[in-house]
Amino acid sequence: MSFLEIDNIVKHFGSVEVLKGVSITLEEGGFLVLVGPSGCGKSTLLNTIAGLESITAGEIRINGRRVNELHPSKRDIAMVFQSYALYPNMTVAQNITFSMEMRGVPKPERDKAVQEVGRLLQIEPLLKRKPSQLSGGQRQRVAMGRALVRDPQVFLFDEPLSNLDAKLRVDMRTEIKRLHQSMGTTVVYVTHDQIEAMTLASSIAVMRDGEVQQFGTPSEIYNDPVNIFVADFMGSPAMNLIQGRIRSDGGALAVALDRDGAEPLTLAVNGAGEGLNGLNGREVIFGIRPEAITDAEGADRTAKNVIQTECAVEVVEPAGADTFVVTRLGGREVIARMRSDTAVDAGSLAPFAFNMDKAVFFDPATEQRIA
Amino acid sequence: MAANTQDTAIRTSRLARAAIYAVLLVFVIYYLLPLFVMVVNSVKTLDEIRGGNMLSLPQIFTIEPWLKAWGTAQIGVSPTGLKPFFANSLAMVVPAVVIATLLGALNGYVLTKWRFRGHDLVFGMMLLACFIPFQIVLIPMATVLGKIGLAGTTPGLVLVHVVYGLGFTTLFFRNYYEAFPTELVKAAQMDGAGFFKIFYRILIPSSGPIIVVTVIWQFTNVWNDFLFGASFADFDSMPMTVALNNLVSSSTGVKEYNVHFAGAIMAALPTLVVYVVSGRYFVRGLMAGAVKG
Ligand SMILES: Nc1ncnc2c1ncn2[C@@H]1O[C@H](COP(=O)(O)OP(=O)(O)OP(=O)(O)O)[C@@H](O)[C@H]1O
Ligand SMILES: [Mg+2]
Repeated sequence: MSFLEIDNIVKHFGSVEVLKGVSITLEEGGFLVLVGPSGCGKSTLLNTIAGLESITAGEIRINGRRVNELHPSKRDIAMVFQSYALYPNMTVAQNITFSMEMRGVPKPERDKAVQEVGRLLQIEPLLKRKPSQLSGGQRQRVAMGRALVRDPQVFLFDEPLSNLDAKLRVDMRTEIKRLHQSMGTTVVYVTHDQIEAMTLASSIAVMRDGEVQQFGTPSEIYNDPVNIFVADFMGSPAMNLIQGRIRSDGGALAVALDRDGAEPLTLAVNGAGEGLNGLNGREVIFGIRPEAITDAEGADRTAKNVIQTECAVEVVEPAGADTFVVTRLGGREVIARMRSDTAVDAGSLAPFAFNMDKAVFFDPATEQRIA
Repeated sequence: MAANTQDTAIRTSRLARAAIYAVLLVFVIYYLLPLFVMVVNSVKTLDEIRGGNMLSLPQIFTIEPWLKAWGTAQIGVSPTGLKPFFANSLAMVVPAVVIATLLGALNGYVLTKWRFRGHDLVFGMMLLACFIPFQIVLIPMATVLGKIGLAGTTPGLVLVHVVYGLGFTTLFFRNYYEAFPTELVKAAQMDGAGFFKIFYRILIPSSGPIIVVTVIWQFTNVWNDFLFGASFADFDSMPMTVALNNLVSSSTGVKEYNVHFAGAIMAALPTLVVYVVSGRYFVRGLMAGAVKG
């Protein structure tokens, strides 16, 4: 049995349907990350789990118990709000211990908890200040601290790291991961940051317009997107999605991609091709991640189907660890991720290696995955 | 060239400024003149007032009129001075202000953070209460006060002023709390705070400016009220304003203008004090509401 069960919930704001039947389950101690474009209903979903918004239909169960009618304070959930929601009239320390105070925890114990959390979040020097005297990132950490002093059944985090500088964000991300591993508390976490999603999650739900597009492990979401939206949304730089045609040369399937001023590039499809049988001549969207297009030496040695071919280089973008090389296929820019010391020049031909093990195919009309 | 135009700009603005100050000065004098007349004449002897100029400074300074107005002047039938009525007014105004402000805050809190079906309608009706003229409620109010046995008492007056002030205090607090982030209330709920805990731990401590505005508003209105006081008070609960009227209008024999002036200043003093003490918060409170709302 799952610990947190969100069963087909619907939420209306007046006549607007903001959640359209969302179902998600999470095992105890799991780390669920919600991602999706702005306005897709992530915060609303968190609010319904917390009990701060009522739901129009469906059921939420925590540990097997229906909580629809349960007051927020009775659900034993701690939440970090997107807008921090710090009490302006209280000091940082008072903010952090307010929930303990409400539960009648004695003062010495509260003081100890504040010190611990303050050290953890590097806000010890700020404990006596008011929220108005803090920077955005400091406020965010106080908001985190307010949740962390509690030992709830579920943590809800609404973009808790979005205002931190790059270094602090990495530190805090590691800290959250460590905390999660040591406390083992179930977490639901909203973020716009791809890396945060991939590193923290035990499962990811990709949402769009109030619907879950795909729910799965990070690797499923990344390697096996169910539709173009998910494929495009996860990953940076985004997956290359190229218009192409299926060809069948005497039983061997291939995908043909148009090129400017040259023969179409034909890439043989092996193994993954099941769903493509009988689609000879059909238009498809061919998806391949930048790291699956490399220079010849950089290709994955364990991959079974690597195709080497020459392509015209349009732009070369060195990015430190990697060099991104842009070519044009099917009328779109296609990004390849090559090793940093690869010698390629813009405007010339260069060898590209396509790892066809990682190729995915979508139906251009329905945008659903076909292979 | 550029420096030149700037120069003239400054000069014209100086001229304009001088004109503005001149006009303001005229207004200040215009407004201060009555106060000046009152103060000056309240420390003159009656002979001097009769014989001289209202605007001249006293030749013989005396605080006798003040002592008389406060302690011994004839109010209606008894020579009590204004002292007991000042006490009556205080006993009326303090509870009326405290209760109306608290209830207004509570109303504002419920109307913005604990919305129920029809909250708009309720608020609309409370707003309407602000526009009901005093005269209309006199007779129904008298009936009600009689029925509940509060006619002619200070608690009765407190009740009248609380009911009448509630529309305004609710309006003030509702608009202030409308801009107060609802997520704070949600966060407090998750932290385990209940309805009243959230109210007095989170909202009230953040309501300083609007409390000041409401207190000034309610204090001034209740203290200065004459009609309700004259209609619903007995001799024992008569507020300052009504007593002052009795002092001025009903004293037999010679009109003691100096005593009247002193009494009038006494009646006006508390509102003046409230303004001076918290006036800057008043302005700040109105501004805060304007910018946020
Ligand atoms: N109280 C409300 N009344 C009406 N509509 C609302 C309300 N709250 C949110 N919405 C709408 O619901 C949708 C989902 O909002 P939500 O805040 O859940 O988005 P989100 O996924 O958290 O976005 P973001 O990433 O920008 O935080 C939005 O279209 C928003 O306009
Ligand atoms: Mg949000």
